[in-house]
Amino acid sequence: MQIIFEKRESVSRQAVILVPIVSFLVSLLFGAILLALSGANPFITYGAMFSGAFGTWNRFTETLVKAIPLMLTGLGVSIAFRMRFWNIGAEGQLTLGGVAAAGVALYLSQGLPGWLVLLLCILAGCIAGAIWAGVPAILKAYLKVDETLTTLMLNYVAILFSEQLYYVSWRAPGYNSGTAPFPETAWLPRIAGRAHIGLFFAIILAGILWFVFNRTRWGFELKIIGENQTAARYLGIDIERNIVLAILLSGAISGLAGASEVLGIARRLQQGLSVGYGYTAIIVAWMAQLNPIVILFVGILMAALLVGGDQIQMKMRLPAAVGLVLQGMILIPMLAGSIFTEYHIRIIRPQKTGVEAEA
Amino acid sequence: MTEFSALLTSILTITLQAGTSLTYATLGEIYTERSGVLNLGLEGMMLLGAVTAFATSYYTDNPWLAVLVAIIVGGLLATVHAFLTVTMRANQVVSGLSITLFGTGMANFLGQRLGPPEYGGNLVGLVAESFRPTPIPFLSGIPVLGALFKQDILTYGLYILIPLAWYYLYKTRNGLNLRAVGEDPQTADAMGINVFQVRYLYTIFGGMLVGLGGAHLSLAYAPGWTENITGGRGWIVIALVIFAMWNPARAILGAILFGGINAVQFRLQAAGTTFPAAVLNMLPYLLTIIVLVIMTWWEALSKRVGAPAALSKAYMREDK
Amino acid sequence: MAEEPTPILKMENITKRFPGVLANDHANIEIYPGEVLALLGENGAGKSTLMNVLVGLYRPDEGDIFVRGEHVEIHSPSDAAALGIGMVHQNFMLVPTMTVAENIILGMDGLAFRPDLDKVARRIQEIAEHYNMNVDPYAYIWQLSVGEQQRVEILKLIYRGAEILILDEPTAVLTPQESHELANVLKVMTSEGKSAVFITHKMEEVMEFSHWVRVLRRGRVVDVKKTSETNPQELARLMVGREVLFRLEKEASEPGDVVLELQNVYADNEKGLPALQDVSFTIRQGEILGIAGVAGNGQRQLAEVITGLRKVTGGHIYIQGDEETNHSPLRMIKAGVSHIPADRIGMGAVGDMAVSDNLAMKGYREPPMADGGILHPQLILEFARKMIAAFRIATPSPATHIKFLSGGNIQKAILAREIDACKGLLVAVYPSRGLDVGATESVRKRLLEQRAQGRAVLLISEDLDELITIADRIAVLFEGRVMGIVDSHNADIDALGLMMAGVPKQEAIAETSG
Repeated sequence: MQIIFEKRESVSRQAVILVPIVSFLVSLLFGAILLALSGANPFITYGAMFSGAFGTWNRFTETLVKAIPLMLTGLGVSIAFRMRFWNIGAEGQLTLGGVAAAGVALYLSQGLPGWLVLLLCILAGCIAGAIWAGVPAILKAYLKVDETLTTLMLNYVAILFSEQLYYVSWRAPGYNSGTAPFPETAWLPRIAGRAHIGLFFAIILAGILWFVFNRTRWGFELKIIGENQTAARYLGIDIERNIVLAILLSGAISGLAGASEVLGIARRLQQGLSVGYGYTAIIVAWMAQLNPIVILFVGILMAALLVGGDQIQMKMRLPAAVGLVLQGMILIPMLAGSIFTEYHIRIIRPQKTGVEAEA
Repeated sequence: MTEFSALLTSILTITLQAGTSLTYATLGEIYTERSGVLNLGLEGMMLLGAVTAFATSYYTDNPWLAVLVAIIVGGLLATVHAFLTVTMRANQVVSGLSITLFGTGMANFLGQRLGPPEYGGNLVGLVAESFRPTPIPFLSGIPVLGALFKQDILTYGLYILIPLAWYYLYKTRNGLNLRAVGEDPQTADAMGINVFQVRYLYTIFGGMLVGLGGAHLSLAYAPGWTENITGGRGWIVIALVIFAMWNPARAILGAILFGGINAVQFRLQAAGTTFPAAVLNMLPYLLTIIVLVIMTWWEALSKRVGAPAALSKAYMREDK
Repeated sequence: MAEEPTPILKMENITKRFPGVLANDHANIEIYPGEVLALLGENGAGKSTLMNVLVGLYRPDEGDIFVRGEHVEIHSPSDAAALGIGMVHQNFMLVPTMTVAENIILGMDGLAFRPDLDKVARRIQEIAEHYNMNVDPYAYIWQLSVGEQQRVEILKLIYRGAEILILDEPTAVLTPQESHELANVLKVMTSEGKSAVFITHKMEEVMEFSHWVRVLRRGRVVDVKKTSETNPQELARLMVGREVLFRLEKEASEPGDVVLELQNVYADNEKGLPALQDVSFTIRQGEILGIAGVAGNGQRQLAEVITGLRKVTGGHIYIQGDEETNHSPLRMIKAGVSHIPADRIGMGAVGDMAVSDNLAMKGYREPPMADGGILHPQLILEFARKMIAAFRIATPSPATHIKFLSGGNIQKAILAREIDACKGLLVAVYPSRGLDVGATESVRKRLLEQRAQGRAVLLISEDLDELITIADRIAVLFEGRVMGIVDSHNADIDALGLMMAGVPKQEAIAETSG
């Protein structure tokens, strides 16, 4: 018996929707086995994670707090992924965005009107993120240097740089680490609990990106570049320029995530800015199949896994990393399943033995 | 003069210690990529190898068994990657990323769960049986180069593995098949080589060496377990493979370069330099970028690209 | 014939389906020792598919294979090799970064763990001498010419003990002279009892190379003939199922102003070697200039320099009087150049985007499809519907991803887009390659239509009949140089053949007329 894949005659819409959902269930199942093996009841654990993330209004706002940077970085990397530019540097872009926003808030805000301070902080965050993504983009577009490695290496550089700042250079007197609190003019307004208006940034950006991808000339060109660079060149599209522009935008959005994180949550630069949102963003973007609107919802789901993980650590003394394991697990069945959108399986049973051929 | 040779000796010693895990992983990834499979899951695989090896050694006091476990774990994760990319034809970059994300999460989970209950399951801060340097009599007495023979047993393993890996790739039938699959799977298939089997085999074999590289970190280089013990080494290895131009004999070069950076860092810190530690710590990552740029530029100039031509491309026979 | 000999190979009722295509439909073939069987058919008739089934690359949906009278199942090329069957594919199965000797032993059964390459090399030399072939076993494949690579392929099969050789359109990459050498190699082989299957779509080659011929049409074997008892006209009729394309009605046309002018153009290929050398010509309005030549003699690079995809290293390009040397593809498009590329799915279309999007890929920059950077999906769809109807593109819907269409329909879509956007010069590279008769005819008609409308057309083709039928003048490229330009109404195929082999025009004409 032999199993082979046959190309479908068109893309299966059912598979496009079903595959991510089934993948999430498979991931939960795997997690359940893991929990059971390590001596915890999976049902109780999952129940605790769910109520930990959504059980009360307060907890839900905490889930939103984590969802905001995931949505923003998810949107950011999704632009890059559309062009098959593997930007895995959202973590560094986010970190540097936070650093730049902090720098403006701490050192450049004196004597400026309040609204301008906030605007400048956010702008600085976007620019810093854009620059940090722009370096690999330029290296890729003009020198063909592999972007996976450059974006990733710059994560470490950005994180070490931020540590240098809040442990040494910018450390406020009297603290072991961390800068002084920002002036109130640089605080990002909050909506509910600690959830801040970064949520609106994410929602508005998702709408804009949907429009750009589906209704503009530039979005059309980006899509062509992502699908087939040879064709793009033949059609007269400036690939290098478009890659750089798109990745600048990608980095700017991740930078915005970092800026809104420091301006909206801690309101000072301290440890805990880089906690892996930029990596989870990859899962968010891919699971949403790069659809900006879907990214918002997947962002909440992934945030729920993180918050739920924290809750079971506090209440059940289980590792918070359960959430990370579940997140990390999701893409694996998804990748395995995506083949079904274009192929279907056929099973062949041989009518006769193939012994003669081997003789 | 003696002081200078002592300095050289110490730099060489630290270089080799730091370079061993990189070299194992580089050799593994060279074999994987030679079959046409790009595995970006190395960081996750090294982490998971490191944590399982450390836990095994902690409970059994047998570091050899620990190495075996890490090899198996690396091989298993690589099998997942092979399944996704070879059988299911998933995008190799995304598959590798997902292996890294999964491996990282899983390693953190195990690090908080595999420890003894009295420590709340935590492995951090525990001490386990590890590989210590075992000097080879006489050879270790040679000035400076004696440092080569004052290493742990896993480092000695490299002295045998590197030439073997080179010989196998370039001089044997199996190496010929492997290179053909990575360069031109259509041709290899038409010549009767089982492309799927070769890709599975060397992706898994590569993963085993990567797992072993992870074990060296937690059992020899920095005995113990800390979250993120790899510090991006899995990614640096991807650059080292390019630096080695996919040749096992050159795998050691990158390790020396990056191990050397570690050694210099170590010496400078010991000497109490005023240089900010953060800048020193950035060096390996910045160097990786520089190496990449130079290699890419050089390859473009020489017009003879060393990368296997079919790298990161899925293969399907009846694709029309 | 005293007694009925047993066929060394027999394929019975072979059926092979691809999604949407019936590639082989109960096809039968028989081959006898010491004979060459020609499989004649148009591109897409199912010849290559049938042979890929025989060597185990494809799995038949139905049918049986018998070798030396025994029923066999062939699951892979190594099964085929074990039965003495080997194939020289159109795109060679050689690893460019390996040597000739390494390629020849690659994947062989019973190879030693550490192969003795010197011994292999000596054996290769022996075989090569026996068949009058000249090959250096230590050379890397990437250093060899296409003709030499084909020799390596044949040597490889003989080295491995193949008794039945399958050659898939082997002459497409050869000069006429190299083809004669190939014929001699085949004669030596058949005299030793080996057999061969020769895939072709050219009647003259059937006559030159084969003993028997089977004609395929739409996946079916429509007739079997003894070569000595048939003639090219009969074969042609069998192959296309009706009288061959008559000379298309080519109206007289009065060429107008010069649209494209190349002056002493030089360009390099990817490896930095010269691909075009001192190329000069002009094309006027209402004129079709054909480019003839064996594939790989600079045709692709010629199209690329004119469309801005490749930099020239010397010389000048003028379009409608303006200098456009080394301008970007976008500038060339804006200067009025349209381009039907050789690689349809790789360059001409984006497989994972809708047919309507693909049709809009030239017009999306300007009104009515776009307005200040914003697209109008409704107008894009309208345009697509118009083009689908006008060019008879068979697609389930405008939203279908174009990769699910057949090659002919993808080509029609590209043609529709490029012709609609054309503002002066149309560069068509192998526009009818791989298409069936109907599609070929419609492509040729469209090109003549463009000519009638006063556009300049550059037609690159490997099909001399096509060039003579629709081009006004034909330039022959050899190793990147123009060997000469001849008027198509008094063009002589033999003279063109000599020019394709590197003989300059005057000598070629003198030789063939003398």
